[in-house]
Order: sequence, then C-alpha cells, then structure tokens
Amino acid sequence: MNTRIAPFFARAADSDLWHSFKRTPGAVIAAIVTLAIVLGAVFAPVVAPHNPFDLASLNIMDANTPPSWEEGGSPDFLLGTDDQGRDILSAVLYGSRVSLLVGFASVLFSMVLGVSLGLVSGYAGGRLDSFIMRVADVQLSFPAILVALLIDGVARGILPRDMHDELALYVLIFAIGISGWVQYARTVRGSTLVERNKEYVQAARLIGIGPFTILRRHILPNVMGPVLVIATIHLAVAIITEATLSFLGVGVPPTAPSLGTLIRIGNSYLFSGMWWISIFPGIALVALVLSVNLLGDWLRDALNPKLR
Amino acid sequence: MALLNIDDIRIEFPSRRGTLVAVDGVSLALEKGEILGVVGESGAGKSTIGNAVIGLLESPGRLAGGQVRLDGERIDALDDAQKRKVRGRRIGMIFQDPLTSLDPLQTVESQLVETMQAHLRLSPAEARKRAVQLLTQVGIDNPELRVKQYPHQFSGGMRQRVVIALALCCEPEVIIADEPTTALDVSIQAQILDLLRRLCREEQVGMIIITHDMGVIADVTDRVAVLYRGKLVEQGPTAKILGNPDHPYTRSLISAVPRPDIKLKRFPLVTYIEDAREPARTLDISTHWLGRRRDFGASSGGPLLQVRDLSMRFVLKSAFFKRNERALDAVKRVSFDIGEGEVFGLVGESGSGKSTVARLISGLYTPTGGSVSFGAAELTALKGEKQLNPFRRQIQMIFQDPFSSLNPRMRVLDIVAEPIRFHRLCATDAETRQVVADLLDVVGLGGRAAERYPHEFSGGQRQRICIARALATRPRFLICDEPTSALDVSIQAQILNLLKDLQEQLGLTMLFISHDLPVIRQMCDRVGVMRHGELLEVAATEDLFERPQHAYSRHLLGLMPRLQAMSREGLEVEHTERSGT
Repeated sequence: MNTRIAPFFARAADSDLWHSFKRTPGAVIAAIVTLAIVLGAVFAPVVAPHNPFDLASLNIMDANTPPSWEEGGSPDFLLGTDDQGRDILSAVLYGSRVSLLVGFASVLFSMVLGVSLGLVSGYAGGRLDSFIMRVADVQLSFPAILVALLIDGVARGILPRDMHDELALYVLIFAIGISGWVQYARTVRGSTLVERNKEYVQAARLIGIGPFTILRRHILPNVMGPVLVIATIHLAVAIITEATLSFLGVGVPPTAPSLGTLIRIGNSYLFSGMWWISIFPGIALVALVLSVNLLGDWLRDALNPKLR
Repeated sequence: MALLNIDDIRIEFPSRRGTLVAVDGVSLALEKGEILGVVGESGAGKSTIGNAVIGLLESPGRLAGGQVRLDGERIDALDDAQKRKVRGRRIGMIFQDPLTSLDPLQTVESQLVETMQAHLRLSPAEARKRAVQLLTQVGIDNPELRVKQYPHQFSGGMRQRVVIALALCCEPEVIIADEPTTALDVSIQAQILDLLRRLCREEQVGMIIITHDMGVIADVTDRVAVLYRGKLVEQGPTAKILGNPDHPYTRSLISAVPRPDIKLKRFPLVTYIEDAREPARTLDISTHWLGRRRDFGASSGGPLLQVRDLSMRFVLKSAFFKRNERALDAVKRVSFDIGEGEVFGLVGESGSGKSTVARLISGLYTPTGGSVSFGAAELTALKGEKQLNPFRRQIQMIFQDPFSSLNPRMRVLDIVAEPIRFHRLCATDAETRQVVADLLDVVGLGGRAAERYPHEFSGGQRQRICIARALATRPRFLICDEPTSALDVSIQAQILNLLKDLQEQLGLTMLFISHDLPVIRQMCDRVGVMRHGELLEVAATEDLFERPQHAYSRHLLGLMPRLQAMSREGLEVEHTERSGT
C-alpha cells in the first residue's frame, strides 16, 4: 500500500497544481477558512461548548444573551444565545454540519446524474442526445431555486406531515441535486464529443470493448477535470440554495436548524436589537461560500492551460 | 555585410524546473535573393530562431545573447513600437497553417489594405489597386472578384497564396517562412514552392525557409543550415549538404529520409538519436507467446482480405426529403485484394478517402455499400459485437496521431494489457505483465516503460506503445493509417524499420496508408492510388514507380521531390522478386 501512496504524494507535491496553489494567497486563505469550517462542523459534538439540541441543557433564563463582549454578555456564551437560550456558536457549528451535508450530498447527486447523462448523450448522439439536451434546455429556462422549490412543494404535498419532517433532509438534497445537473451534463457532453473522436477511443473500439466500459474506463477519467471545477463552484451554490430554502421555511425542519434556518429565526429579532442571532450564522455562511467559491475560481484558472 | 545577420544568438526559456536553452550560439547570414533553408527535427529550435528574428518570442522566452542585424542595423534591441515597424514592413512572415493565419471575419482585401496602410501610408484607392496586383502576382485567378471574398471561400493552397501576398505586400527585404507547405498536399506544395522561388528571384528578397522536410530543402533552397538541439551542426550549399554531409548528425538525418528513387531493405541505422535503443534482450518470437497464435481457421488459399465495391456515403445535412439531403461519397465502389503476408499500400492526397477505407475495413464505420471479406468470412454481413469479436482480435490498427491515440490517464501497462485482458489471452495477471514487458521490449522501449504514463514519452516512443498495443491481440492483419506522418524523419525511419521487422517475423499482413510516396515505396509490395474516393490504379510497387499507368499516378509521381543530390553510397538496395511480375 505504502509503495503506491508515497509516489502519489511525491507527484502531488511536484505537480503544477500544488505549485500554483502555493503561489495564490487567495486560494491558500480560502482553503484554510474552508478547512476550519469543515473541521468545526465535522467535530461539532467535540468542539462546541454546548449541545443546542439537548433540550435538557437549555435554560430559558439564558435566552437572548448578547455576545460575551457586549454589556450583559456571559463568558459561557461566546456569541450569545437565541430566544430559547441556545448558544449561537454551538448552533452555528451544528448548523454548518447540516448545510455542508446538504451541500456535499446534493453536489454529489447532481454530479453523478449530470455526468452520466452527459456521457451517454455525448457518446450515443442522435435522438437520445437531442432528447436529453432538450430536457436540459427546458430546465435551464427556469431558475434553479424555482425547480428546487417546486420539488420541495410537491414532496410536501404527497408525503404525510410527520413523515415529511423525517425525510425533509433527503427531499432537500434531491431538490437541490435535480436543479443542478444540467451544467454537468452540458460540460461533460461537450468534452465527450471531443474525446470520443480521439484515436485512443477508436483503438478501444477496435479491441472490441463495449460502450459502457469505454465510457467508464476511457472517457470518464478524461472529462473529469472541468467537472471538478464545476462541482466546487456548485458546492457554494448548493449551500446558498439550501440556506435560501431554509430561510424561506421550506428547507430542513427547525428542530435541526441549518445556517439558513438560524438566519430566519434571527431575522424576526433583528430590529429588536438582538442582531447576533442572525449575524453570526450569516457571517459563517458568507465565509464558507466565499472561500469555496474562491477555491473553485482558483481551480478553474489553474486547470485552464490557456491562462498559465 | 549580408542582408540579414544572426550572430551567435542564444535563446532561453526560464521555468521553475531550470532554464531551457532552446538555441545556443547560432550564427546565420542571408543575402539578397537567396533562399536559406533551416532544417532540423522537432525541438531543434528552428522556429524559435524565426520568431526571435521578428521579435515574436513567446513569453517567457528571451534572447539571452548575440545580435540580429538587418542591413547592418541591430533589430533585436529595438523597443516594441520600433519592432512593430520592422515586422511586416521590412520582414514578412509566412506561417504554417493558412487556416489560422488569416482573420476569418475580414475580406482578403481589407486585410491586405490594412497592412499596407499601416506600413506604406498608401491611400485606400492605391492600396486596393495594389491588393489586386498582389493577388495576380501570387497566381490567383479573377483577382478583382477574389479580393472581395473571405478566407473561408479559398481552398488551403489558395489561402496560403493569400498569406504570401500578405507577407509581400509591404515589399519586405526578408521573408521568414515557417513550414510554409507542411499543411498542404503535395501537388499544392509544389506550386507554392515554385511561387516562393519565383518571387524571391523577381523581388530580390532574402528568404529563410524553416522546415523539417528534406524534400522542400532540396527543391528550393540555395544554402542549408542544419540544427540539432539548438545548435548549428553544419551549414553550406544545398547540394553539398545533401550529397556529402560532414557532420554525423546530418548524415544520419539524410539517411533517414525515405528515398523516392530506390527501395531499400532497411533504413541505414540512424545512430544519432538517443531513443533508438536496441531491445535489451532479443526474443525468439516464433516460440514466444506472440508467435504462438491461435488457429485462425483454415486458410482458404485465396487472398486474406477481399474488398468488393466498397462505398461510403456521409450525410452532411440530413433532410426529410431525400432530394434535399446533402451527402459526400467518401469512398466509391473500391475493390482490391490483399494476400496473406502482403503489405498493400494506399496512397492519395488528403480527402481521397484512404483513411475511410481503413476505418471501413476495421469496422469503425459501417459501409453504405459493398462488402469486406476476411479469410472465409464476410465481415460486412456480421451483426453485433458478438459475431465481430473473433475478428476484432485478428484486425488491429495503428493510428496517425501518437498524442491522441493513448489514453493519458492510463499507465502504459494497462494500455498494452487492455486487449489481452479483454480477450482473456493470458491465464494469469503475472503472465499478462510478462507479456506486456516482452511486447515493450520487442518494440524497443524496454519493460520498465510499463509503469509510466504516456505523457512521459516522446512522439516516436508513443507510436511504439501503439504498435505494442496493436500486437497485443496477436493480430493477423495490421492497418497502419499514416503511422509516421506526425513524426520526425529519423523517428519515422526507426518506426518503419520496426514495422518491417515485425511484419517479417510475425508474418503479418498489412494495409499501409500514406500520402507520402517515398514511404510507400519503402514499405509496400503492392500499391493502390486513390483520388476523390476512387481507386484509380493498383500495381506492384516498383511497377507503379517505374511505369505508372494512370495519368493521375504519373502526375503524383512527378510532384515527388527528386532528392537527386543524395548520396547512394553504402546503401543496401532491395531487389524484390515481385517487381516486374
């Protein structure tokens, strides 16, 4: 095992990508911020000072405590508490967990769906290609958020109320995932059209290899570069979409609030002076999305041979 | 003082992995009305010199030493604005690809007029008049009409004429032509070279022709400079360099040029190339896995491959009504046979349909008419992969472009092993690895290449990997579609030698496709000449070259560069028994 991993790291350390990363301060800072938020979210049960979902530990007397440096703040609650006495810092950490989970899962879902359809579309051509691409065109004529809202609404309509809360997370992932596949499909279709005419694909056909193996073994690895770039940028979009839906109240249930839910909760208190309830989740959201976006931008430039 | 002096120039490309010296200590001189050829293989730095002279070195390249003087005046130290005045006005440039060196959104007239107005300060009316004159001068018919057209309305050769007109329009003192005919067919190449030579004499322009093609050098140049890895190895009058070169590199380079006049057994061993490594150990192919092929079925005694009335029609624009459809007949009722163990050549200009024939035989395209029979089976009548699979193993193909014919994400081991694994030709993985290592040895790469990725190899080495992959199915019939036209001559000579060796040792039958007549002469037993999708003539190679029957064959052969100056000393000429039958 070690013999294969060591050269990989040696290659990675010597690669142009790592070199360009080191020389782009924006990318380094963005990576650090992203990593900090991701680690904080993953290890939330360990690092968070409180558990905001443990109802037993909540004390309504702690409600609406301002951040610790404000007058009336308490060192127990670094960023203050909300209307139910939940610690904002802990809520933000637990909330990023939900946001990141939904973000990653829906990107993965979009990616698998979009890349598969794009590969098939580009390789098969003909009517199947036209059909898939027309569906994509139709979907592109709606804003992504509208598609996600529509799916969420339909799911609410057909699922019984109690089941819906349980399934809300999956519905959300599905809704955001479905709304984003078109970009992947279009990009991958374009690259597939180029790759399928290359001679290594023809050589594979001459060996007798079937279309699915050719797609998986030969074409897929060669079209993944741009997909990674889209996925990174899409991750930021997915997190924002989730936050938007949650803010509108159609996302995850308030019992497991994401960053968007937290902002919505705080929104009603914004003008009564309790700014911290929505500002801190807001800052966390902006920091996360911005740094993921910066990473995506850097990756796009670094992988684009024309900009080197 | 010569017209253009290049004194001891050094060009560097700094990068984070150290500085690459592309050109080192090269000095050249060019006189009025003289054509100087700069020849060398890829990476020799010949284009870099051309770019440095006109100040178009691409970043991060820089001129690190030496001087360039035009008429005694230094032009390398000028600032950008002054350089722009020299470029175009005093030094004209002709690039390789006429497709990309003209602006597709502007008419030929406006491109010519713009250049002349910028440099010569002519009035628009005068400039337009001169544009028409220029087109007449470069041999374009109906210049008054053509001048109003866009580049896409011209054919490749005509477009290159326009590029030449553009280079000439400001009456430059020097023209630098970087591979001016490489993208063109032979018949057009001959016309363009004639034109360049005539213009050079008439206008007393000094011209530098940068090329890798010895035929071009022999055809038009007065003097030649030979570059190898950024260094000038030799320069002198063309006849002297071609006929009696001093430097060993020049000798090996010239011996690698396929000769149009005689058929050689092998290209003389080209010693000066570092990747011409002999296989580490010699394999006895007859007892090896490679030689132990499966029973291909009883030989029918007749020809191995029979092509009958093969036709292919590509629909360019489909339409609901058949009569509105636009289609191209790429191959029209082509018939020929290839006997067991024979090397059959197909020759023709681009667009003649020779590659389409190869793809039809290999099964990449399905013909719209006619049949292909292999042994006793009619391939075109087989349906589906299942029935085709046994034949897939027997027919393999080597492609033209070694840079796109290997999957960049796979290790060489996996690339070569893929057909073996797919057809389950080896019992165990250990045996597969051993066979791959042997195959890589056979093609002269050495088994250690297996762990590496394609991008770590040069073009010639990649073509060797392609050959190893094609051999991995233990084929009976090998299709080579322009296998060496993307390679340098010395590499081409090695690859062609390798193909000849393998063909003899394994008793392969080959279909060898090329646009290059000398290569065909060296490789093939019989040749078919194609034009516009039709097979015009099939003859034994020597018969075709000595006594061509069809008018088009005669025309093609007439365009072949003569290379008469080349020495014949110490060459082993092959006397084929087949010739004359």
